[in-house]
Amino acid sequence: MLERIRALMVKEFIQIVRDRRTLIIILVQPMMMLFLFGYAINTTVDHIPTVIADQVRDQRSRDFVRAVVNTGYFDVVGDVPDAGAARSTIDSGAAKVAFIIPPTFGADVLAGRPAQVQALIDGSDPNVAQTALLTANTLAQARGVQLLAESTGRSISSPLDLRPNILYNPGLQSANFMIPGLIGVILQIQAVLLTAFAVVRERERGTLEQLIVTPIRPTEMILGKLLPYVAIAFAQVGATLLIGTLWFGVPINGSLLLLMLLSLLFLIGALGMGLLISTVSRTQAQAMQTTMLTVMPAFIISGFMFPRESMPQAIRLLSYILPLTYFLEILRGIILKGIGLEYLYGQALALLIFAIVIAALSVIRFHKSLE
Amino acid sequence: MSAAQAVAVETVELTKRFGEFTAVDRVTFEVETGEVFGFLGPNGSGKTTTIRMLCGIIPPSSGSAQVLGLDVVRDSERIKHEIGYMSQKFALYNDLTVRENLSFYARVYGVSRAERGARIDAMLDRFDLTATHHTLVNDLPSGLRQRVAFAAAAIHQPSILFLDEPTAAVDPAARRGFWDMIYDTAASGTTVFVTTHYMDEAEYCHRLAFMSRGKLIAYDSPAAIRQSLGADMVEVDATPAAAALDALVGQPWVRAATLMGVRLHVMLQPGVPHERVREHLTSAGVTVASVEPATPALEDAFVTLMTGATAG
Repeated sequence: MLERIRALMVKEFIQIVRDRRTLIIILVQPMMMLFLFGYAINTTVDHIPTVIADQVRDQRSRDFVRAVVNTGYFDVVGDVPDAGAARSTIDSGAAKVAFIIPPTFGADVLAGRPAQVQALIDGSDPNVAQTALLTANTLAQARGVQLLAESTGRSISSPLDLRPNILYNPGLQSANFMIPGLIGVILQIQAVLLTAFAVVRERERGTLEQLIVTPIRPTEMILGKLLPYVAIAFAQVGATLLIGTLWFGVPINGSLLLLMLLSLLFLIGALGMGLLISTVSRTQAQAMQTTMLTVMPAFIISGFMFPRESMPQAIRLLSYILPLTYFLEILRGIILKGIGLEYLYGQALALLIFAIVIAALSVIRFHKSLE
Repeated sequence: MSAAQAVAVETVELTKRFGEFTAVDRVTFEVETGEVFGFLGPNGSGKTTTIRMLCGIIPPSSGSAQVLGLDVVRDSERIKHEIGYMSQKFALYNDLTVRENLSFYARVYGVSRAERGARIDAMLDRFDLTATHHTLVNDLPSGLRQRVAFAAAAIHQPSILFLDEPTAAVDPAARRGFWDMIYDTAASGTTVFVTTHYMDEAEYCHRLAFMSRGKLIAYDSPAAIRQSLGADMVEVDATPAAAALDALVGQPWVRAATLMGVRLHVMLQPGVPHERVREHLTSAGVTVASVEPATPALEDAFVTLMTGATAG
C-alpha cells in the first residue's frame, strides 16, 4: 500500500515539475498576489491630491493652508483662483479635494465671527471621501480652538483629551492586515485548483481508467495524488510568512506550530473541495471555472478585504458557511494579535467540522465517480 | 489463479444492463489458459463492457464470470493484481519518459525494488525500446507509444492480459509487428484476451468469439467458423453490380449478400442450388458473367452471422 502511494507521489512530482501551467500556478501566482496585495491594495488613504483657492492670501489663510499640508493626508497639487476653478479640477480628476478660503475669511476672523472655509470633496470613492471629511473636520476644530486663543489672547485647551492606543498594528499598516489573510486566500485558490486539475487531467487523458484496473485502491489514489499538494501548500505558507516578515515587516506574534496545525485543518477542507470539483468537471477548463465560482464569493464575503461587520445581515450569515471566514480570523489572531486556542477554539472547531464533512463528502463522491 | 489452471476466463450468462439498454446479453464462453482469444464485433456490440466486467471495473447485472478462478465481483481486488489491461486510449503519462512510465506501473503492481530495474531493462529490450527509454512518451510516434503501453500492461508478468482494441490507432505496417509481440507474450505463458474489429487480425487468434448487439453469435476457431459457412458461398461477377445486390438482398434463400470490390459475395441458405442465383439475376435484368463457389473469408462469415443475428 505504501509503495503504491509512493509510486503515485513520485509520478505526481515529476508531472508537476514538467507541467508549465501547474508550475506557474504554484510559483508565480502566490508571489504575484503577495506583491499586489502587499503594495497596491492599500486601504489606508493618504496623499489625497488637493487644490487650494486662497482668496485672502494673508498670514491666517497661509497658516490654514500649512495646517492642511501638515496633516499628511492632503498633497497640495495646485492653487486655483476661485470655487469654479476648484470644481473643474475635481471634475477633471486632477484633484479629489479643494479648500476654498473666501475673501471674507480675514475680516470674519478679526471680527470674531465664524469664518467660513469651504471644502469640496470628490465622493465617488467613499473611502477617500470619508478620510478627507474626517481629517478636514478635525483640522477645522483644531484651527478653531487656536484662532479663539489668538483672538482672546489666552491659552485655551479642549476640555476633552482623547488618548487613543491602537493595538496589534499601531502603524495601521495595510500589509499587516492583508498578508496574514493572503495566506488563507492563496491556500484556498491553490489547493482547490491544483487538486481539481490533477484529478481532471488523469480523467481527460484516460489514465484514471487505467489506474482503476491496477491494484491501487481509491483511498490510496486520493492520498498519493493529494499529499504532494499538501507539501506544496505548506511550502507556500512558509514562503508567504517569510516574505511577509522579511520584506513587508509583518510580525508573527503567536505560535507558528498552532498556525501550521490549523492551516492543515483548513487545507484538508480545501483539498476535499478540489476533489469534489474534479468529480463534476470533465475538462481542466471546467475545473478552473468551477473553482473561480467557489473562490470569488469567499474572496469578497469572508472578510479578506472588506469588514464583515458592515455587510448586510443575509450576507454575513452566508459568510459563516465559508471555512475561509474562520481561517482568516485564526490567521490574523495568531499572526497579528498573538492569541492562541484559548480565544480561537470556536474557529478551530468550525474548521475541524468543515474538514471532516468536506473530506467525507468528497471521498464518497470520488469513489462513486470511479464506477 | 495459477498458470496451470486450464481455464483462464469463464463466463456464465454474463449480462450488463444500463437502464433499459442491454449492453451484454447472457454471454457464456471460456478462454483457455495460454491461448490468444479474439473478441470481435463492431463498435457498440458490448466488447468493451465485457472486458470492463472481467477486469472488475464494473459489476455484472446478472450472470457470473471468473477470471483465473476468481469471481469478478467478490474477488475483484485480487484479480487486479493478476491481470494486465491495455485500454483503447493509450493510458500512458505523456509527460513521463518511457522508463518512468514502466517504473510507475512496476511499482504500482508491487514489483520489488530488487527486481524492478532488471525487469524494466528486459521489457525495453524485448519491445525494442532501449534507445528511447529516456524520451517523453509525448515525443514518440504512435507505433512506439503502442509498444510502451503494451510493455506497461505486461510489466508485472500477468497471468492474463486484456487488450482492448490495441491496434485501433496504429498504422497497418505496425499492426503486424504488434501481433508478433502478442504471440511472444502468449508463448511465455500469458493468456491474451484481445478485442479488435479488424477481420484480418482475427485470423491470428487461436479462438474467436463474435459479439453483435450484446449477444455472442459465434464462438470457435477461425477455421471452424469459416468452415461452418463455407459450402454455401458463391462469388458473382455481374453488371451492374449494385442492381444485382438490390435484387438478391431480402430473398428468403439468400442469407447475406455483400459487395467485395466489383464482385458480390453471396451466402446462400443450405441446399440452395448455385444456378438459382444466375436465374434470379437474369430475370431481374442483370447481366451475369460468372457464378463460382468461393471460400469465405472471416469477414464474409461475420457479415452472414450479423445479418442472421439482425434478422433474428
